[in-house]
This record gives sequence, structure tokens and C-alpha cells, in this order.
Amino acid sequence: MAQASQAKEEGRAYIGNLDVAAQLAKEHLIKGTIAKVIDWATAFSLWPVHLMTSCCGCEIGAAWGPRFDNERYGSLPWVGPRQTNLIIIEGTVTKKMACTVRLTWEQMPYPKFVIAMGACALDGGIFYNSYNIVRPWQVVPVDVYIPGCPPRPEAVARSIIELQKMIRSRGLASKWVIEGVRKDLKYVLPKEDLCGWRGEKVEL
Amino acid sequence: MSSSGVPAPRPQQPPASQAPKPQAPPQPPEVWKAFAEKLKDLNPVYEPAKGYLDFVVRPDQLVEAAKRLKEMGFDHVISVGAVDYPAKKQIKVMYHVTSYLNEELPKYVIALSTYVNRDDPRVPSLTSVWPSAEFQEREEYEMFGIIFEGHSDLRPLLLTPVVAALRPLRKDFVVPEESDDIEVDSEAFNATKWW
Amino acid sequence: MSSQTGVQGSEVPRLPGMVVRPVERRVYEVQIGPAHPGSGHMRIFVEVDGDVMTRVDPDIGFVHRTMEKLAEGRDWIKNIPLFERMAILDACNITLPYVEAVERLLDLDPPERAKYLRVLLCEINRIASHLYGFGIFGIFLGHSTLYMWAFGDREVFVQLAEDLTGARLTHSYPVFGGVRRDIPDDFPQNARKATRYMRGRLDEYAKIFLNNPNIRSRLEGVGVLSKNRAAELGVVGPNARASGIKYDVRLVEPYEAYDRLDFEIPIFEEGDALARAWQRVEEIKQSLNIIEQVVDWLEKHPREGFMHDKFWKTAPKLYRDVYEGKIDYAGKYRVKLMPLFATLKVPAGKASARVEAGRGEIFYYVESDGKDVPYRVRVVSPSFRNVIAFKYVMPGHRLMDLPAIYGSFDYFPPEWDR
Repeated sequence: MAQASQAKEEGRAYIGNLDVAAQLAKEHLIKGTIAKVIDWATAFSLWPVHLMTSCCGCEIGAAWGPRFDNERYGSLPWVGPRQTNLIIIEGTVTKKMACTVRLTWEQMPYPKFVIAMGACALDGGIFYNSYNIVRPWQVVPVDVYIPGCPPRPEAVARSIIELQKMIRSRGLASKWVIEGVRKDLKYVLPKEDLCGWRGEKVEL
Repeated sequence: MSSSGVPAPRPQQPPASQAPKPQAPPQPPEVWKAFAEKLKDLNPVYEPAKGYLDFVVRPDQLVEAAKRLKEMGFDHVISVGAVDYPAKKQIKVMYHVTSYLNEELPKYVIALSTYVNRDDPRVPSLTSVWPSAEFQEREEYEMFGIIFEGHSDLRPLLLTPVVAALRPLRKDFVVPEESDDIEVDSEAFNATKWW
Repeated sequence: MSSQTGVQGSEVPRLPGMVVRPVERRVYEVQIGPAHPGSGHMRIFVEVDGDVMTRVDPDIGFVHRTMEKLAEGRDWIKNIPLFERMAILDACNITLPYVEAVERLLDLDPPERAKYLRVLLCEINRIASHLYGFGIFGIFLGHSTLYMWAFGDREVFVQLAEDLTGARLTHSYPVFGGVRRDIPDDFPQNARKATRYMRGRLDEYAKIFLNNPNIRSRLEGVGVLSKNRAAELGVVGPNARASGIKYDVRLVEPYEAYDRLDFEIPIFEEGDALARAWQRVEEIKQSLNIIEQVVDWLEKHPREGFMHDKFWKTAPKLYRDVYEGKIDYAGKYRVKLMPLFATLKVPAGKASARVEAGRGEIFYYVESDGKDVPYRVRVVSPSFRNVIAFKYVMPGHRLMDLPAIYGSFDYFPPEWDR
């Protein structure tokens, strides 16, 4: 204030202290507006990768079909893990498939999300006592669970909306951009356990 | 006297000391006998079943019986299945076959079966006679541990090698039942959220 | 310029500064893995020599959920939803042989109306399954319009099935002794609307897909399976009928009400991928005929029982009142599952049954030893028998033909892994 009045007496205009202004801009824009824009953009471009895990894949096909069009939320099933940011684990994850899901998840760039779909993804579903399945939360960290066997395509659409709400309200995408927060893999099985069978030669 | 007074006398029960009559062996139907004519010197045994005709032969006669069935017109295998009987210490291997190209035979499903020892099950492979049995023999190999001698490519089909070594479909492989009241490790569950 | 021999004696001119080395390996192994839009839930190991496939090895088992082992520990009625998950689109066809085999062991014959109701749902499922196959085939070839059309038209029939049974895909409709419930009142007119609509649509499918010059050049002459080879390999269903084999379980060993219905079995002679696609279109047309005949029969005949007396006797009086329409709630003619199923003990014996599902012939072998759980259930699904075609049909074609052949054999891995 004092500087402003002093500059006026000398016939000049006072813009302000650029350092302080830059500091304030960083705080308001990046943590405020730009963060919201990042979250909005991520929420409306959640592209699932083409990984069909099990029989709920039929309802995924129907959910992105013409009747229950999920593309209006901005999500487009895309072919390569490098350009997608969502994995939908439909149904049961068997031991062979667990390795593939983990490798595909690791190839995807951050920020990435996982939706576990169906009763088999919750706790085994109708195959609960089988010797060949694992739970998806032991393979990748999961964000949204959808109950149902198979869940109706409207439930799948609801889960995409829930994920959008989560991203926008908690700022998940912008937190990664600003602070570099990564997923904690502490409670997930190590990759050697999941993929260890690929080189084994066991005598039957 | 009203009828509800005295109960009617019970019919005489035969004395319990009589030994039970021996069961007569089940009689095969006419159709079975007509097919068994061609396999006469292999002595097939009849086992009663609904929906298919069962011929039981010895393991070393299996290839010969298969060739004769193929000459009759049965040209592909529907299913290669095995059943584990731990009480009798045997595994029964069944080949269900039927015909595509013949005119009257498609309505019959013939099962060519054999019993093998449970501890060292070895069966000659029928892929030389019926190529359609190839993948199914691989599946029974990994599920039961049956070695099909003469199979060109015997390795596990559906399971990882670690799981196949347990020979899952045998009766002595029991999966421990998961209990309903699993304690949820809520700290672990919440820690998997990265935000 | 001096020259040096390259691969297999070819002359390669060598310019100054250029290093020419003969190629050591010609054959490369390509893994078309599970996370691939053209592979589904399986991995295919392909050895390519240049662009031509020399050896194809399917690596299946990614969806193996051990249904045969699980079935040995569950009650008889609980296995019906378990086996449905094998091919969830085709749910009535997949569980029908299990129900038939157990009915043979129990020595029961379901009532007439139940047989026609089962046929109705079987044909609705067959159409939905073929349309799903078309949709996925379109995606494999890059024709995503067909995917959208097929999935949209499939919704018509899935909605019909939902009106009939209450669930979109997992019907659990045939049970021992009959079916679970009867048709609602407005079902016949909806069914007729659906069949009329579908007949018109099939001509448009032929225009955009089957007569499309792009698609024809990719499918014609590709993946040819001759009649004798098909019989030797044991392929089933529309794949065998497109190669000239006249085999359909509905003709050969008629089950349910098929011997009283009037339909044809289309046969094609060429055996290539285009013939298999046409075969499915013709089968959809025949299924539409069957649905119309069944709906006419169901409308004409009065609503007598849809469940065998052995089980219906054990139902409490409330069920009977709901069935006869005396109690005006929860819709009419719908009852819950019979309580006898919870403690059903099937007499000892062995039985087998086979049924023509959407993808081919499915075969069940059921063995019981008198308890309330089965002793052994062996199921061979149609896609499991078609996997052998990968190993023997694909070599010799170019790598780009792999999705064309794969899709034309009607892909469904959860069915072949069980």
C-alpha cells in the first residue's frame, strides 16, 4: 500500500511485487483451478483397456453397446495399455490371468484406476471354494467394487459415475500431478508369486 | 364294531435268517448285443447306463476295440472322461464316441471304457485312431495324472504346472472350505487406496 | 559391386560401406496374449515364417474356474447356476443337458407345456448367442458398426428372456421336473414383434457385412475345413454344418419338443469363414420360425402344469393359489422354487445327455451314488471341441487371417475353459 502511494506521487503505476504475485498464483491456480481442470479432464476420459477377464465381459460389451451407451461419459475401450487409464476386472481372476492383469496394470501410466466388477471380484462369488482363483485385491489395488452376478449394465454405468465423483471430489488425478502420490502395493501379492509359474517345469 | 378299533393284521415277514438272493447281472439291451458282435473276442462287459451304451474292455485291448469301432463308422470322440473310485483303487477312463458321416449311427453314443490302477495309471493313447481326442487327453492327464502312452504332445492344457502337480480332480485332493466369518483386515483393505 | 549371398542363396548387391549379414533365424514366435483386442481370454503362440503362420499353439486355461470339481461338493439344484456361468449368454442350452441327465436318473418326464417353454427359451438364447458371435467377429475384423448393430439387436431378445425368466443373462430356467415359471400375458405379442423386426434386420446385416466387398475378401477362401477333416477333428455346431456335415442333435436325437416342430437345418458346402458366417444367419432365421410356432402353441393350449407332479405335490397351498391367480400380487402364474429341491437325493446310476447349444453340441455325463451331491459330472462344451481347429486349420495362412478364422469359429473362452 505504501509502495503504491509512493509510486503514484512519482507518476508511475505500481503493479505489485512479482515474486509475491507468482507465489499466490501458484497456490490458487495450480491447487485450485488447474487441479480442478485436471480432475475434470481425467474423469471424462476414463478409457478402459481391452482385457476380458471372465464372463462379466458380456455385460461390459452390452454396457458399451448402443442401449446402455457408456461412451457418453467419455470412456472408450481402447486397445493398448499405454494409452488407457482404467482396468475393469470383470468376474473371476484365475491364477493364470492374475499374472496378465498385474503386468497390464504395471504397464499403464499413472494416474490409473481399477474397477472390480461382479460377485467373483468381491470374494470369489459362486466359485468361492475353487483351487484356481485369486481375489482381485491381491493382484492390483482396487477403487470401486460392483456387486451383482453379472451386474446390470446400468450398474456398470453407475460405477463409472461413482469413480468420476471420487476423482473430482478428492482430486485424485491432480494429486498425482502435483505431489506425485503413488499407489501403495504393500498388501498386494508380489509379482514373483503371481507370475512365478511361467518358467517352472514341474514333473507331474 | 367300528373299523378304527382293531388294526389289520400285518402280513407275515420272512424270517431274517434267510440269506439275500444274489443279484442277477444286468441284462444288456438288444442294441448293445448287436454292437458287441463285432467286438466278440475282446469280451466287452456291459455296465448299465442311461443315454449311452457302455463297453468295458481291458486297457491293452483298447486300441484294437477303437479300430473296430472306427471301421463300423464311429468317427469322432465326444468326450474323454475319467472317474476316480478310491474305494476300488481304480480309475475308469471313458471315451464317448459317435458318428458324423454315417446315416444311422449318429443317434447312438457309445462309451468305450477301461479300468486302470489308481497308483500308476497308464492307458494307450487313442489319438492314432481318433485325432479329435488330442486336447481332451491332455486335460485328463493334468487333472488325474493319467499317462497316455503314444500321445504326441502330453503337457498341461488348462492349469499352471504348479496346480496340475496336485492332480486336482482326484478324490483325495480336498480344497479346504473357506469359512463364512473371515475377518476383514480393514487396515489392509484401506491401505490399498493410494489417494 | 560385389555381392554376397543373403538368405537362402538370394543375391544381395553390396554397396561400399554396407554390411550384409545372412539372417540367422527366419521363424519368429509371436504371442497374441490375453490383453489383446483380437485374442479374447486366451493366449495364442504363433510361429511365423515371414508372414505365414507355421505352427499355432493355443494356450488356454485363463478362465478355468474348476466347475467339475466344484460340482462334486454342491447340491444337485445348486449346480444349475454354477454350470450356467460357462456360457452365460446361452444359459438355457448349457444347463439343459444336466437337467435332462438328472431327470433320466430320477425317471421323470416333464409335462408338455414345460417342454415347449424350454424350447422357447433355448431358441431365444440361440439367437442372442449368434448375435453376440457376430458382434465380436465384427470387432476382430475392425467392423465396429456390426458390433453396435449386433449388440443392439441382441437387446431385443435379452429383453424377451428377461420378461420370461426375470434375469437378463443368468436364467436358471430349466429345473428338474419342468421349468421355473410360466409366460406372462403379454409375451406372445412381444415375441411376434421381435421376430418380425429381426427378419427385416437380417437383410441389412447381409448388406453391410456379408456382401461387403472388404469383408468378403477377408473371409472368402480363408480357413477352409473340408468335410472329412471336420469329421476327423470333431468340430461341432455351425462350424461342422458349414463344412457339409449334416449333424444336429435336434434332428438326430430329438429332445424336448423338437420332434413336433417344423424347421430345417441349413448346410453349406464350402467350409470357409464366409460360409460359417452365412450359416449363423440362416440358423437365426430358422430359430425365428421355431419361436413363432412355439408361441402359437403356448397361446392355444390352456395353462396346465409346468412342473412335474412329484415336485408340485410338495408345494404349499400358497403357491397353488398364486398360480391359479387367486392371490393378486407379484404378477400371475409365478411361483418360487419347490422346497423338495433342497433335499433332493438322486438314485445311484450313470446317465448322459446331449443338447444342441448355440455353438454346437454340449455333452454331460452325470454319475450319482445316492447322495445329495453328485459323484462326478463331466461336461464337454462345444467350444472345447472347436479349440483343436486352431492347431490344424490355421497353419498356412497369413498372420492377418488369424482374427478372421478365430472369429468365424465363434469365440467364447469361458465355455472352453469351464
